[in-house]
Amino acid sequence: MLNKNIYLILIISLVFAISFWIGFNVNLLPAEASINAPIYDELFKILFIIGLIIFIGMTIAVIYSLFKFRKRNDQIGDGIALEGNLSLEIVWTIIPSIIVLLIGLYSYNIYDRMGGMKELNHNHEMMGSNTEKIWAGISQTSDNEIAINNLSIEVSAMQFAFLFNYPKGNFISGELHVPVDQKVSMKMESKDVIHAFWVPEFRIKQDIIPGQPTILNFTPTKVGKYPIICAELCGPYHGGMRASIIVEEESDYNEWFNKNKKPEVNL
Amino acid sequence: MTISIDPQKTNNESLQPKGFLRYFSFSLDHKVIGIQYLVCGFLFYLIGGTLASAIRIELASPMSDFMPRDVYNQVLTLHGTIMIFLWIVPVVNGAFGNYLIPFYVGARDMAFPRLNAVAFWLIPPSGLMLVASYFVEGAAQAGWTAYPPLSITTPQSGQIIWILSVLLLGGSSIFGGINFIATIIKLRRPGLKLMQLPMYCWAMLGTSLLVVLSTPVLAGTLILLSFDIIANTGFFNPVLGGNVVVYQHLFWFYSHPAVYIMVLPAFGLVSEILPVHARKPLFGYTTMVFSIMGIVVLGLVVWAHHMFTSGTPPWMRLFFTIATAFIAVPTGIKFFNWVATLWGGKISINSAMLFSCGFIINFVFGGITGVALAQVPFDIHVHDTYFVVAHFHYIVYGGTVFIIFSSIYHWFPKVTGKMLSEKLGILHFIITFIGFNLCFAPQHWLGLNGMPRRVAEYDPQFQFVNQISSLGALLMAISTIPFLINVFLSLRDGIVAGDNPWNALTPEWLTSSPPPVENWEGEAPLVEEPYGYGKEISEIK
Repeated sequence: MLNKNIYLILIISLVFAISFWIGFNVNLLPAEASINAPIYDELFKILFIIGLIIFIGMTIAVIYSLFKFRKRNDQIGDGIALEGNLSLEIVWTIIPSIIVLLIGLYSYNIYDRMGGMKELNHNHEMMGSNTEKIWAGISQTSDNEIAINNLSIEVSAMQFAFLFNYPKGNFISGELHVPVDQKVSMKMESKDVIHAFWVPEFRIKQDIIPGQPTILNFTPTKVGKYPIICAELCGPYHGGMRASIIVEEESDYNEWFNKNKKPEVNL
Repeated sequence: MTISIDPQKTNNESLQPKGFLRYFSFSLDHKVIGIQYLVCGFLFYLIGGTLASAIRIELASPMSDFMPRDVYNQVLTLHGTIMIFLWIVPVVNGAFGNYLIPFYVGARDMAFPRLNAVAFWLIPPSGLMLVASYFVEGAAQAGWTAYPPLSITTPQSGQIIWILSVLLLGGSSIFGGINFIATIIKLRRPGLKLMQLPMYCWAMLGTSLLVVLSTPVLAGTLILLSFDIIANTGFFNPVLGGNVVVYQHLFWFYSHPAVYIMVLPAFGLVSEILPVHARKPLFGYTTMVFSIMGIVVLGLVVWAHHMFTSGTPPWMRLFFTIATAFIAVPTGIKFFNWVATLWGGKISINSAMLFSCGFIINFVFGGITGVALAQVPFDIHVHDTYFVVAHFHYIVYGGTVFIIFSSIYHWFPKVTGKMLSEKLGILHFIITFIGFNLCFAPQHWLGLNGMPRRVAEYDPQFQFVNQISSLGALLMAISTIPFLINVFLSLRDGIVAGDNPWNALTPEWLTSSPPPVENWEGEAPLVEEPYGYGKEISEIK
């Protein structure tokens, strides 16, 4: 009996060791290029390790049972008439409940750190009135911060392109240029069907909905060029609906901005 | 209450065709209807599988070069719709439910045999209509989710035919659900208690409750959508002040429970198969019953996890995260109980057992990615990507379809009186298991790294992994060949099975193979312990 327990403990520790090793050494995610990304990857790593432990453990249990308890040719009759075990059932109800609860609390914390729990302009009392409804995506800034720190961009999506309007410069661009390490707030609206704005390297996505503006805030942290991908089926050329986001040093950004800037037209 | 009038007695049996022809008739025999569901479903599975192959051929190269882009969208829409509404739902509910439930409750037929026949005969015309819509102006191309405004702006005829077809199939499903609830509650043999029923009855009771509660919502939603399309109303059309997110709420109120409508019956079937081939009682009967009902209740309040990026308020995201993740608890209990059922058994390693174990491994994997997807911050990155595609194929193919095959290997001797070849069956399992995992495991990586779903073209950096996935799909297509050969060879000259080749204790095995029209020559046996393996004969009544 003691021997059996030692084997069991050995196997469990091995499963944990393998899972942790894979969790820390196998990277399944693209580059991290926004404040959200490392937070996301932290959550991913935890879920990956827990998932591996459960998956490897269950797979070993199934394959071991098939091997160990297989019916030999000389055997007749049935297995043991074991119909249940209340304490075991309680254990495997309570432990998963605790794990699920902890994961839920942890992901709430992650979501809060991403800024997802901050109410933007979304307000239920305003729903009935004529005030424009703004539905929040993930945000990294509060309302006030948007007002103060304002690289605000208006995104329009249509079949099959994104257009980025820089209200301060009074111009529209097909490429999204943003300065590194600065908060960006986008108000997005669709001209036709539902689209979605997704930058895998930023780990953010928000649907762009006709008739209901959505807001998406992010802070890029790494200079480079990343794809903007439409993630909601929007028609035949959905797969080709892509744009680029160019994250650049502030000086480069200002140069680009001033080159494209148009004077205000006074009517 | 006992029902003394036997519904079958009122039929003029001489009018019912005999032999093979009865499968092409409006038969009222639950066993005939069950087989009709199964064969009809399998034919649609072959069509849906062909469409899947077309998708994987298109995706073997990064360019959109195999078919026109709009045809690609039609193909993916038809693939999803056919696989869900014409293969998995009718087969795990209609086929096995009709065949097994009357045996399990000790009845001679379903509660409403005519309604039962109607429910089945709605399926072939609506399925054919759906496929035929391709030849009108092109089939629907807004995905099986048919989100407006895309579904309003794409060619109308295809979308309207799609709606009609799904409405008919939903009606069929509701008729079936009502029939199962009535049969399980009211037609039980006198003396048979609810807590003595085989687990599949509980699974079907839970599933039918979900069908009856949620399918009408889908029907209503699709009718409103059709008004938007043909009568220019503005329920969901933003141009006329409609709200597209409301459609998503209504749609997922049905379509998330639909996942449980597809997996709960599979949970029931595997609970029948494992004890027989492991020669052990089903572990934890009572907790299994409660976990089914727990899944039913939770399954109704998790729909908005499909909409985390749609623009939902934070509190709603939080609630649906927690509700969704908690489904893992009752589901986990079932999986631990199945492994405990295997533990200490005398397991026959045969095709039915292998497919069931393949189901456990695949579904655990899909369940783990499911808990991850329930977390809002996790979902926001991978929503609408190949990660989600991989996740739900692990659930519905790696889970439910594996169980459909397992069930076919298990009940084929009962239905036909012939044994299937184990050699071909094990070959079928090995190719399916390898092909399936090769096809869908790499798709998790694709989604995490930036490949959205429902695209005909993609970034060339993903080509190699997509080709691995397509190779897996090819293996899955090949795997149907040994299966079909097996079925036809066994039907022609398979070994005669006898009444009870597995020495099983559930009631369907206590009659001849194939069973007579009214299931038993004499009175229905009272099976108080359907899982009484390992006990002395005298202990089992």
